[in-house]
Amino acid sequence: MQPEETVPVQRVSLLTIFLVFFKVGAFTIGGGYAMLPVIQREVVHRHKWLKQSVFFDSLIVTQSIPGPLALNNAIIIGQRLRGFSGGIIAALGVITPSVLVILAVVSFFFPYFRHNTYVQAVFYGLRPAVVALITAAALNLARELLRSWASAILAAVLLAVNLLFEIHPIVIMLIGGLAGLVIFWKREG
Amino acid sequence: MLLLSLYWAFIKIGLFTFGGGYAMIPLMEAEMINRYGWLTAAEFLDIVAVAEMTPGPVAVNAATFIGYRLAGVPGSLLATLGVITPSLVILLLLGRFLMAFIQDQRSERFFKGLRPAMIALILTAAFTLGQAALINLTTILIFAGLLILSLLRKVNPLYLICLGALLGLILYPY
Repeated sequence: MQPEETVPVQRVSLLTIFLVFFKVGAFTIGGGYAMLPVIQREVVHRHKWLKQSVFFDSLIVTQSIPGPLALNNAIIIGQRLRGFSGGIIAALGVITPSVLVILAVVSFFFPYFRHNTYVQAVFYGLRPAVVALITAAALNLARELLRSWASAILAAVLLAVNLLFEIHPIVIMLIGGLAGLVIFWKREG
Repeated sequence: MLLLSLYWAFIKIGLFTFGGGYAMIPLMEAEMINRYGWLTAAEFLDIVAVAEMTPGPVAVNAATFIGYRLAGVPGSLLATLGVITPSLVILLLLGRFLMAFIQDQRSERFFKGLRPAMIALILTAAFTLGQAALINLTTILIFAGLLILSLLRKVNPLYLICLGALLGLILYPY
């Protein structure tokens, strides 16, 4: 524990960690990026568990490792506060609302209303909306990341390969990563 | 056996979702639709829509939903645990190697190549899922309108989803 990184007020109880991340899970809709301001408000401003700068450092770590952003952030903060058990409890806190709400929706709502005409109408509009969101996510990423010719060409080649052949996404990701190792060799420090 | 393959499929999804959000879509599609044939593309889109509209991380919501559809409450719990297992292992058990890995220049270059791959994968997923969703002129127009809207300004995905639902209610061929 480095004193300037965490704000050592008192030992935070596991129950408090659980409840704070339960709240984060319960009150953010729309996933990852919608949760970060909520986590920041709770952890930095309200409970003063972390300094702002440490919170941003944890964001950098979460962006370089796999898994849902909000979940990774919860684990890092929980671990800083109470070690291994703090990390587990924070993860359980952030997923519990999801599990409860989804189970309520699928076990009560879905079986009864799935064949209702209006529900079908809603999903008739939802499906193209989801495809639009996925497309927009890809295009926004592209706008942000393809600033170099090398990246743009790599994306285009992988897109063509992926559309032509049925290749598992993990293989495409590995090819991209290995290509990155070769292409970006020696460029910038 | 279904429970085990469910857990394993979601471990893979958790392990290879870089950058959060829609990065999980291509993997979920590959595992749920193409590999195991557990869901149709339309069902998958419905699940993503519900996952987007309910509180919590979208990947966790989708895991709970798909797990329940395939194997009831035990399935939902195992799928959800599967999606969070890689994060827990990496952060809690491999934490001391993590900073060295992140700061290593080789992993930085690896990630620089990974990002274009993610773009290619997400675009492909949009293309294949689009074939199940864009079934007539109306759905194509809903897609195009919402896509243009979300490219022009930063709109919360939740509002776009709600707008899609509303357009569906109005334009559905009753």
